[in-house]
Formats: sequence, structure tokens, C-alpha cells
Amino acid sequence: MTVVQNSERVLEPLWRIRLKLFARGFKKNWALFAESPIGLIGLGVIVFFGLIALAQPILVNTVWEPKVYDPINGFDIEIPYHPSPPSARHLLGTDVLGRDVLSQLMYSSRFEFALGLISAIVTVLIATTIGAVSAYFGGLVDTILMRLVDLVIMVPFLAVLIVMSALMGVGMIELALVIGILSGFGGTAIVIKSQALSVKVKPFVDVARVAGGGHAHIIFTHLVPNLMPISLLYMMFVVTGAIFSEAVLSFFGLTEIQMSWGLMINTTQVFGYLMRFDTWWLLFPASLSITFLCAAFYMVGRALDEVVNPRLRER
Amino acid sequence: MAQKNGKTLVNINKLSKLFPVGQGIFGKADSFVHAVSDFNLQIKVGESVGLVGESGCGKTTTGKLITRLLDPTTGNILMDTEEGPVDIALLKGKEMKTFRRRVQMIFQDPYESMNPRMTIFDTVAEPLNVQGIGSMSDRETMVADLLETVDLVPASSFLFRYPHELSGGQRQRVAIARALIIKPDFVVADEPTSMLDVSVRTGVMNLMQDLADQFDVTYLYITHDLAVARYMCDRIGVMYLGKIVEIGETEDLLHNPKHPYTQALLSAVPVPDPTYTRNPIKISGGITKPVDPPPQCRFYNRCPLADEYCKTHDHPPRKEITPNHYVACYHA
Repeated sequence: MTVVQNSERVLEPLWRIRLKLFARGFKKNWALFAESPIGLIGLGVIVFFGLIALAQPILVNTVWEPKVYDPINGFDIEIPYHPSPPSARHLLGTDVLGRDVLSQLMYSSRFEFALGLISAIVTVLIATTIGAVSAYFGGLVDTILMRLVDLVIMVPFLAVLIVMSALMGVGMIELALVIGILSGFGGTAIVIKSQALSVKVKPFVDVARVAGGGHAHIIFTHLVPNLMPISLLYMMFVVTGAIFSEAVLSFFGLTEIQMSWGLMINTTQVFGYLMRFDTWWLLFPASLSITFLCAAFYMVGRALDEVVNPRLRER
Repeated sequence: MAQKNGKTLVNINKLSKLFPVGQGIFGKADSFVHAVSDFNLQIKVGESVGLVGESGCGKTTTGKLITRLLDPTTGNILMDTEEGPVDIALLKGKEMKTFRRRVQMIFQDPYESMNPRMTIFDTVAEPLNVQGIGSMSDRETMVADLLETVDLVPASSFLFRYPHELSGGQRQRVAIARALIIKPDFVVADEPTSMLDVSVRTGVMNLMQDLADQFDVTYLYITHDLAVARYMCDRIGVMYLGKIVEIGETEDLLHNPKHPYTQALLSAVPVPDPTYTRNPIKISGGITKPVDPPPQCRFYNRCPLADEYCKTHDHPPRKEITPNHYVACYHA
């Protein structure tokens, strides 16, 4: 037997093969995901809100006159009395200050997405890194990181946000970062660490060490890719939490965000329309949007859970 | 053919590894498992040495110590380098990386020793990647060539598959390719065929032998199967509870076993003859965990020859009975 030297073999460029592999993996996972009606409904709702978010700036620049339909500064002088009920001119009516509710709703959803995703990415980045590093090194590093996690779990983050908003303005980005750092990562880091502990003892980690792989190599090419599914799953749950937290804070008027679903409810409450069902269009569109979008992310999370965790599949 | 110039490649001296058990409240262990104790072995360049023993006798621990996945408690492992023998426990940084390039390990379980999220190409190319050898397209060619050498033909149909799409035998071939891609001098093979079907076992063993000649590899072959060891190895060492009790040239050891444990192992090998009446050497009981073992012979409790002398004396020293055949028993 001799070493095969087949230099005429034509090999496809690596990036094209990787792209193909990625597409194949995506297709396979999509087939699993599509089996779950919950996930599809959730995804449908998310896509719906996504389209709404994209449509608002287009509508303002084409059909809607900015002076009337601007979600923050708009005012419709042609209607004598605000809040006005839904009409052909304002499909979801106007609020106490004469602004179009539909436009507000659509404008806000963009920020809800941004907020949810930024905080989820922050949370998952921190949680995955902490989980993988503390599982891999163990010992003192593990102790220090896990005590840090305990601390973060203990911090009442709503209270922290209230104090923060008193000391400085809490805008969109600050809010997303604080939620990302304080609210979710404690629990997520512990779950990811437990997963990492079971990956770390697999023989392929030893194999990588024998090949000369350093700590960073093992953590980022062996541990983290095997933790990605569970990270992604928790990302979905964090999005839900973030949107919900923002709604609570805006409802109490503690943020400097100019328009959000929580703030729409806050405005309603400030002017005393909160418990009146005859002005339902002030309350329900925003609160139902919060409910539906949170539920949708949660449902997608559940469906992803089934993709990631074969034992949950009903087969 | 591998050069057999009689030069010692690996020299293991008084190697011991203790694992703490039953930790007290202040983290101080009160007793230890003596997984490997007072272990001596010299492996020459180009030689295949087998390490045979029951489960739990410390074979795998020895392999992990030699590849420095574990650090020894006492003793040392000297590896021959250009600057003479070097204690591998003292290697750091760049020297460590060179050592990693020279010593590879093939693991027992082909299902768990590959990252399920990496393609075969990434798995085999990982050592090149870590060691920084070749450009990306060089690596692709090197991996494809080696895959064809280990009979995964055509390589292009294996390169970008995932481990779960391959059979056990194919995976073990991938594992072999991966261990050999950086052209190591020394490979520790930890039961590479024990998880495979008997039908593909011989194929993998032949492949390993061919590659040993082709790449000038010295093997330490860890196994519990005497037949496999006989097929693969020039010398066989029989291990019992962390110690080598007998070591010799393969045929010499198998035909003239001196240690009662080796004799018992050999008498348990099945013979394909229904009329054969065996004269089994009875050893009673099962292998125990060597937790804080008494100083007497490790085999004392199960040995058919054990007597008062064995009880009152330390574990017997190793003595040379015939050339290159060493036994650690007072009665041999």
C-alpha cells in the first residue's frame, strides 16, 4: 500500500462547500421546526409584527401625511375632539394627544424588536461565555464566576432600573443593555454551564488536547458550538422577558423612550382612560401587541426546544 | 519499514498516578486509588508494545499519562528528542507544542471521539490547524490524500460528511487518519478496535500496521484482547492493578507465561475445539479497586500460588527469567 497522491483531484473551494452544508443543516432543522404548529404560529406572529415595523416608515412617507400621522408629534386638527374612535381616517382612532394609534403601534414594534434582540444577544453572549469558561476551567474560576452569577440573580433589576432612571436618562440602548446584563443571564449561565460540563468530558475534547489545542481553541471550537442550540433557545426566552420588562418600565414612566407599547398604555393611564372600556382603542392595541409578541417568541422558543432536544419530540 | 535501531524512544520510570477518593470536608482526601503505581517501561523506536489487562487495571490511565492528558503523581516519562531524553512533565509552551506534534492518541470510542458538529475534514485537519501547518488548500489536499490512504475512497465523498453519517469502522479510520496527519513518532492506541464489529476489526488492525511501516510510527497498543495484542505487537506487557506483572516478546510470553495471572488470562482464551478439555487456572474473586493497597503483592488475594512469603514481603521486584522476559513473582 502506498500513500495516495492524487493531485489532479478537483476539490471545490471550501467556502462553497460550507455554504452548502449550512443550507443542508438549515433545511433539516426547518423540517423539524415545521412539524410543530406552535412554532409556526409563533413565527407567523413575529413575521407579522416585523412587516408592520417595516411598513410604518414607508406609509408615513407615502400615504400618510407626516404632520398628522407622526407617532410622537403628530396631531390631527380636523377632528374636533380627541381621543377619537376608529374611523376611516384613523383605523385605530387617535389618542388623547391627537396622535394616530395605528402609527404609534407600528412605530413602536420596530423598537420592541431592537430592544428584545439586543438584550437577548447581550445575555446569551455573556451567559455562553461564562457557562463555557466556568465549566471548562472549574476550580477557582468556576467558583468566582458562579458567585457572580448568584449575585446577578439576586439583584432586583427592576429596582436597579428605577434608581438608574432617577439618576440618568434610560434610553432604548441603555435599557436593552441593562436588561441584557441584569435580568436573564444568571439562570441562562447556569443552564449553559451544566450543558458545557457534559460536553467537556467527551473524548473529542481530549483528542483536541492531544493535537495541541489550547484552552481558547477547545472552548471556542468544541464547547461553544455544542452549546449554541441551547443558547439560541434561551435567547428566545430572553426576548420575551425584555419586551415585557420594557412595557412595565414604560408603563410606570421610568424610561426616556419616546414611543413604545408600554408608553402608549402609560399615556392612557395618565389621562385617566385606563379603566374605561368605551375608549378601548387606547388600551387594547398596545397591550394585545405586547401579549402576542411575547407569546410568539416564547412559542418559537418552545418549538426550537423540540428541534434542539430530540427527547421532547413526539414520535 | 520503521527504523529499528534499538534506540529508546520512551522511557517510563517509576510512574505513579494516585486519584483521591472520599474527600473530607476540608477537601483533603483520606484515601487514594493507586491507578498506576511504580510503572516501568521502555519503548524502542519502531517497536509496537502491547499493554494487556482487565478493565480497571490502569491501562488507559497509563496512556493518558504518556500523552500528558494527566500529570503523574510521582515518577517521570522521558521522551527522546534531538537534545536527548526530556521529561515530558516539564515541557512548556513551544516544546509542549512540538511534543503534541510527535505524540498522538487514538481513542477507544469512535462515536464519542469526534465532535458531532464538525465535518470529517475539520476533524482530520484540526491538528494541522492547531499546529499551523500548511495553507487552507494544502490542508484540503493533505486530508483528502490521507483519507484515501486509510481506504476511505473516494475522499471527496467523505470530506464533508458529519461523523454520524459514517459507520463505526469508517469513523475509526477517520480517527486513525487524524492521529497520523501530523506524522507523529509515537501513537498511543487505546483499544482502537474494541468497539468495532469483529468483521471490520482485522481491516483496521492491518491498516494500523501498514501505516506504522509507512509513517515510521511506534505504537503503544492498549487492549484487553490477547489475540489483538498478539496480532499487533512485538512485545506484550501484562498489567494488574497498576503494575506490569510480566513483560516479554509476544510469542515467548504467550507460550511460556510465568506469572500466575498471565497463565490465568491465557487459559481463559477460547479454543475453537469442542473436545478440548481445559485445565483452567483458578483465580478467585474479581479485580478490586486498588484503594490504599497493602504493600504485599498486588495479586496476593487472588493468586493460586500465594503463601506466607508473599504475604510478609513487598510486591515482588521484576526479574529477568529469560532474555527480555521479565516477571514480577516470587514463585516464577
